Amino acid sequence: MKSIMPYHVGASSMVLSLIFPLAMQGEVDFNQHIKPILESACLSCHNPDNIKGELLLNTRANAIKGGEYGAALVPGKPEESSLYTLTVLDPDDDDIMPPKGDPLTQEQTESLKAWIEEGATWPEDIELKPAMRVDFVQDVQPILEQNCVSCHREGHADGNLRLDHKEGAFAGGKSGKAIIPGRSSLSSLYTFTILPEDHDDLMPPTKKDGPMPAEKCDILRFWIDQGAQWPEGITLVPRKADAGPSGANMELVNAMHQRILENTTLTDESSMNDYTETLAGTGVQFDMVAIKGGTFMMGSPTDEAGRREDEGPQVEITLSPFWMGKHEVTWNEYELFMYPEEMARLLNAGDDYHDPLADAVSKPTKPYVEMSFGMGKDGYPAISMTQHAANKYCQWLSAKTGHFYRLPTEAEWEYACRAGTTTAFWFGDDGEKIGDYEWFADNADFKYQKVGTKKANPWGLHDMHGNVAEWVIDAYDAERYAGLADGNGIDPYQFSDKLYPRTVRGGSWDDYPEAMRSAARRASDAQWKMQDPQLPKSIWYLTDAQFLGIRVVRPLKTPPADEIARYWNNLNERD
Amino acid sequence: MKDDNQKQDSVTRRRFLGQSSTVVGTTMLGSLALPSGVFSAQNDELKIALIGCGGRGSGAADQALNTHDQGPIKLVAMADAFEDRLEGSLNNLARKHGDRVDVPEDRRFYGFEGYKQAIALADVVILATPPGFRPIHFEEAVRQGKHVFMEKPVATDAPGVRKVLAAAEEAKKKNLKVGVGLQRHHQAGYIETIKRLQDGAIGDIITTRAYWNGNTPWVRKRADLEKQYGRKLTEMEYQMRNWYYFVWICGDHITEQHIHNLDVINWLKNDYPVRANGMGGAEVRIGIDYGEIFDHHTVEFEYADGSRMYSQCRHQVGCWNSVSEHAHGSKGSAEINRYVIRGANDWRFGGQGKNPYQQEHDDLFHAIRNNIDYNEAENGAKSSMTSILGRMATYSGKVVEWKDAINSEISTLPEKFAWDAMPKSLPGPDGMYATAVPGKSIVV
Repeated sequence: MKSIMPYHVGASSMVLSLIFPLAMQGEVDFNQHIKPILESACLSCHNPDNIKGELLLNTRANAIKGGEYGAALVPGKPEESSLYTLTVLDPDDDDIMPPKGDPLTQEQTESLKAWIEEGATWPEDIELKPAMRVDFVQDVQPILEQNCVSCHREGHADGNLRLDHKEGAFAGGKSGKAIIPGRSSLSSLYTFTILPEDHDDLMPPTKKDGPMPAEKCDILRFWIDQGAQWPEGITLVPRKADAGPSGANMELVNAMHQRILENTTLTDESSMNDYTETLAGTGVQFDMVAIKGGTFMMGSPTDEAGRREDEGPQVEITLSPFWMGKHEVTWNEYELFMYPEEMARLLNAGDDYHDPLADAVSKPTKPYVEMSFGMGKDGYPAISMTQHAANKYCQWLSAKTGHFYRLPTEAEWEYACRAGTTTAFWFGDDGEKIGDYEWFADNADFKYQKVGTKKANPWGLHDMHGNVAEWVIDAYDAERYAGLADGNGIDPYQFSDKLYPRTVRGGSWDDYPEAMRSAARRASDAQWKMQDPQLPKSIWYLTDAQFLGIRVVRPLKTPPADEIARYWNNLNERD
Repeated sequence: MKDDNQKQDSVTRRRFLGQSSTVVGTTMLGSLALPSGVFSAQNDELKIALIGCGGRGSGAADQALNTHDQGPIKLVAMADAFEDRLEGSLNNLARKHGDRVDVPEDRRFYGFEGYKQAIALADVVILATPPGFRPIHFEEAVRQGKHVFMEKPVATDAPGVRKVLAAAEEAKKKNLKVGVGLQRHHQAGYIETIKRLQDGAIGDIITTRAYWNGNTPWVRKRADLEKQYGRKLTEMEYQMRNWYYFVWICGDHITEQHIHNLDVINWLKNDYPVRANGMGGAEVRIGIDYGEIFDHHTVEFEYADGSRMYSQCRHQVGCWNSVSEHAHGSKGSAEINRYVIRGANDWRFGGQGKNPYQQEHDDLFHAIRNNIDYNEAENGAKSSMTSILGRMATYSGKVVEWKDAINSEISTLPEKFAWDAMPKSLPGPDGMYATAVPGKSIVV
């Protein structure tokens, strides 16, 4: 009995559990307390499909066996168990686990410690699998704000339950406790969301668009099982589901997917040709270049001048065919997305300018500052957009054209930039000659230049090394390439829901040759919107990234709708 | 020149890559006296109140709280006309600053009068409502003896400017520190470029130019607002939610936005214009959602030494864009905003500075904690007046003298502040607001 009692014996113990580590209230239960921590925070890098440091944490035996640094788990001895000791290092320590600035909470580390001290009970038949690590602000707050808070807040406390602040949410309502940390199966905040559609208690109710998709219910479950952390001082406000950048509007994506499929007649690589796309009702055009599928070596050889560690090891990559923009996207196209109404008036747009699907894609807010920074608009590359804005541009462009556009993957970008070459630049190895082929810091007059005014690479693409750097869709991981070896390099795409760092390729008017090489990689940084004086900072503009633009691709094969949704909604841009 | 450029530009490049964050922004403080020691608030907790909780107000509070390395600081009170704005702002600030944000429900104030109570609870107040309210709020903050950070512009009409100037004098007497959000004064590249120009890098300055030619900013359409809130809005609430397009509350974009560029030229000249003439209108941005302001102004300002500043500001999509300031002298010219000097003394700024929006708070709180004289209110008021003078010129089509303009008794503000009170400018039967008519409109 004792193992299930600590959490639901009344309000006072409820409060206690938030303040004191679990361990101080009795025995730590593996399934309830430890499994969620390990699965969410450790397993993604220590499972049979991804073994970092030769360490597997999927079973007790493997944890005891350990990895390249010895045993991870020594039952009874937390101080000798790296599974615990590495979690309590200084957050800035290079060795802290989990890495990347995402430490465990004190409650979690103390649970680990207590569990090991108590002998590290771990039933033999339980094998752990990676689970999503849930962050309240990024993952849970949007779900609550979009689905729950409008009926559970001050003045609208249906069922006597408020979910707009921490105290109310943990106090519960007339159906009892809504949240019991560690016990999703007893928490109505989760259990009511997975009831059948005709059940009276289903939340959100069907008249409020319930039930939620399973992945959202799962996020609530993971969050509760991972300890239901709700940072102090955060109050929630009701929001419309499609108001925020997180979460795709699947109805819209499905409708667009349908249109793309109906519009796609070409499926054969051998009949792919270059083409010119015209944006309906405007006369604005851009050119797409056909890129045949193939295999190439991504990354740079160790002896390449200016090479950095993150460009290796070189890996063989195989890519499916696609088209790529001959030029970087210019303001001529991008402003149609930023200022749809104003541009329609300006261009005397025809009846076919307005399209219900394109109109439904979320658009950038109107910037306060002037986003070309005086460097020119007509024929010049659009700059300073966030990756979220770039993704939404691709979605809007797809609605306008009936073709599926997205940002290139990092592999597609390098493949197209190299255009069959293996040298540091598509024109050879000599960076000193870059001025003959590309715009860069010494020939661009400290600003970007009109696209396509320098030479094209062997596949007909302009400005790949220079003019403006370009967003690709992948998250940035300095150690990514090792994982792409041994047959993992087929149409690779590094997905992450983290805002930073993400990947940028190519150099710009503000760069020197070393940073402009085919293999050079760049990681995005919060500093790129440093000078946005507002709070929250814009999700659409990187005021300080005046060197950064975009180029679109269109894969020959149209992926399924849910994959498309992920390309267009691959992160929550909120800092 | 070339080598210099290369070296200096590689520094610029590092700034983009975020690899270094060397701080140059103390340049300004270097010239100020050291603290005398009579007054020390270095270890005292400074209590902040935020008046006006939009995106910029929240950002200013964020930057103020970021000065916690100078000494303890806490946001204790907030006021906004609208409850929804305040709650959203509080949420964002609490998320970022945790314990440094302590604003329970009884220290959140809504409506037109809440600012007084919020000011009373603080040592330093941040005034970041739309500009029309600034003179009233600043006067009250000084009356209550509080240090102030206020956003630009500090007024939208001449009576407002005079109110700010009077309160600025009072602030000096009370030893209060006042910062104004003209952040270019705290931007390392501007500071160095202006200094060089004032030291004669291009000889005598003959002509200057200033631009804010951009696109239209945000708009809150009445129909969208009524849909969002599920009710009709009173005229007062509508104008306050869509405030950019009403002169009493925004000042027109020549005042709300272009003030930055006009202020840079005033700074360079170390003076303010004596008269102005200009032209402008609403040509392209027309419709029931765009209130009464112009979409373009072009003004010729004259300084006491006879030199001219030519100014343009425009909110029209598809046109030439530039947000910049330029100076032409007897020995060369300067692109001030790009920190470039050409001519007898070629030069390009190669340093880097901290985010000026942060720097302006670092500097203000340094002055408060070390009792250093600090009063940007007078310049803030006179640069606001410069922009209002320009607006008077474009609205009237006449030459307007500074001395007449600043003494104008024409107030743009409503007679009374209440949700059911009427602003002076009202829509016609077609929903359109009247704009000024050059040659006819009386502005002084």
